[in-house]
Amino acid sequence: MTVTEGSAREVTAAPRRARYLLDRERLLGPALVTPAVVYLVLVVAYPLVLAFLYAFSDVTTGSQSLHFVGFQTFIAAVKDPVFLTSLSNTVIFTAASQFLVVVLSTVLAFVLTANFRGRWFVRFLVLMPWTTPVALSSVIWLWMLDSIFSPFDWFAQVLGIVPPGGHIVFLGQSGLAMGSVIALQTWRIMPLATVILMAGLSAIPSEVSDAAEVDGAGFWRRLFGITLPLLSPVMTVALLFGIVFTFTDMAVVYVLTGGGPGNATQVLSSWAFYKGINGGDLGVGAADALFMFPVLLGLAAIMLRLASRAEVG
Amino acid sequence: MAAVRTRTVRGRVAVYLLALAFAVFAGFPFLWAALTMFRQDSDLYVTTHNPFVLAKPATVSHITDLLRNTPYLQFILNNIVIGLATVVITLALSLPAAYALARLAGRWGERVGIGIFVTYLVPPTLLFLPLSRLITTIGLQDSIWSLIVVYPGFTIPLSTWLLMGFFRSIPRDIEEQAQVDGYSRMGAVVRTVFPLALPGIFTVIVFTFTLTMQDFIYALAFISSSSSMTVSVGVPTVLIRGDVFYWQSLMASAIIVAVPVALLYNLFLGRFIRGFTMGAVKG
Repeated sequence: MTVTEGSAREVTAAPRRARYLLDRERLLGPALVTPAVVYLVLVVAYPLVLAFLYAFSDVTTGSQSLHFVGFQTFIAAVKDPVFLTSLSNTVIFTAASQFLVVVLSTVLAFVLTANFRGRWFVRFLVLMPWTTPVALSSVIWLWMLDSIFSPFDWFAQVLGIVPPGGHIVFLGQSGLAMGSVIALQTWRIMPLATVILMAGLSAIPSEVSDAAEVDGAGFWRRLFGITLPLLSPVMTVALLFGIVFTFTDMAVVYVLTGGGPGNATQVLSSWAFYKGINGGDLGVGAADALFMFPVLLGLAAIMLRLASRAEVG
Repeated sequence: MAAVRTRTVRGRVAVYLLALAFAVFAGFPFLWAALTMFRQDSDLYVTTHNPFVLAKPATVSHITDLLRNTPYLQFILNNIVIGLATVVITLALSLPAAYALARLAGRWGERVGIGIFVTYLVPPTLLFLPLSRLITTIGLQDSIWSLIVVYPGFTIPLSTWLLMGFFRSIPRDIEEQAQVDGYSRMGAVVRTVFPLALPGIFTVIVFTFTLTMQDFIYALAFISSSSSMTVSVGVPTVLIRGDVFYWQSLMASAIIVAVPVALLYNLFLGRFIRGFTMGAVKG
């Protein structure tokens, strides 16, 4: 690879200076990073600041102006009885689904790292809930949990749980509707956690476990005494991602139950959407959504601490 | 590797049973959707027989109906245009940024890298309300351009992080050699590093594209006319028409997207994980 002498001589003065500047690392680095940073400031940081401003203002979809009203908007948002329901539903939705995800994905990660026939097909099927756009898989679940044509009705009838011709109304009763939303979210996030855990499992050296086996430690002893403790940092990462994606998710609730019956499955994000977009009250919607911010801030802080610890280690 | 070793018969049986259980749990909704899309109407609405057997011969009439008489293909086309445009913007901004962060930056680069990663943790749920007003202000409401402008907000952080990992895995000597051979720094990078990073770049293209298909909240907030809708918003809002649900067509609309996307993911998953973990390792 050589440049011919001619082409090198043809370079004019101005581009030569540009080239010279680009060869200087102290200038080149920032020059290459700045465009991406500016873009992110415009479409992420700036709207985030606006969200805070909105929550302290009386802004609506139609209005041109924006007046600051102090905590009035926040108070209006919190006084709405649906707000507290949404807040507690968000916590239940996140805690229940992520508990199930951690348990199931740990077992699944062990299964998928074992050798068995048809493993690629199982892996393919298990990933599908994550790869399918969430709105589409929610439509599938909407049909699968239909109040009349659900296949689970047939199972229930055969097993005698409901009388012949009887139906289970999954999405029309508050308890079952919440259970359905949690089940869908568990089903959808489990593959992500499994993939992260599998990467973690493959990084654990087998020597420790092997040595313990030679010393006579059984399968369960090795699992709970060695492998799971070694896996726990990776498990924390998987859990944090799961919480971020669940705490802020609104597609599952919006498509499957629409927040209903009543507001029994309403979560903060879906409530913010109904208030802000459908109701046109941007200020109250932003205030509702901002209640997620402290939790997200905490999660981000934990992630950064984990990352810096990994760098030291 | 600390994989479960299945030497005992009991262990092997347990692995197969668990694998079967997980396959059913993950795959059942898709099986149900795939069965539904071929059912005749009279078969769909009979609840007395075993629902896992088609009572009437299979039909593709609902699939052709979906493709011919609904805006479904328009949704898909919109997704393709939005996805490709987002890929172009994402690569144009994150390739240089990732290269700089992997190779040139010292202490400040580490902070910027972490800052870019943190923006990935800011969820659309916090941003969609201010963004929807901004989109209206610049006159992009109801246009697919609103999504093309906003989506790089979450694809750039992830892509930069992934590409950083791929760049770090390429030895410095190669580009230094090219510079010795007379190329400028940028010339050396374009001619040696980018070709070597091509597998990583393909991975980023696939994941950027599929991430844009996942979005629901932005597309729902910014778009209201069906000609500009994406699959994720068009299917649950336009195709579920009033009280009459065209379930066979709806299931087909989900399966037609789900299967190719899942195949693509599976092809690139290994690289994705490698890139993700490499991004976290200090170069």
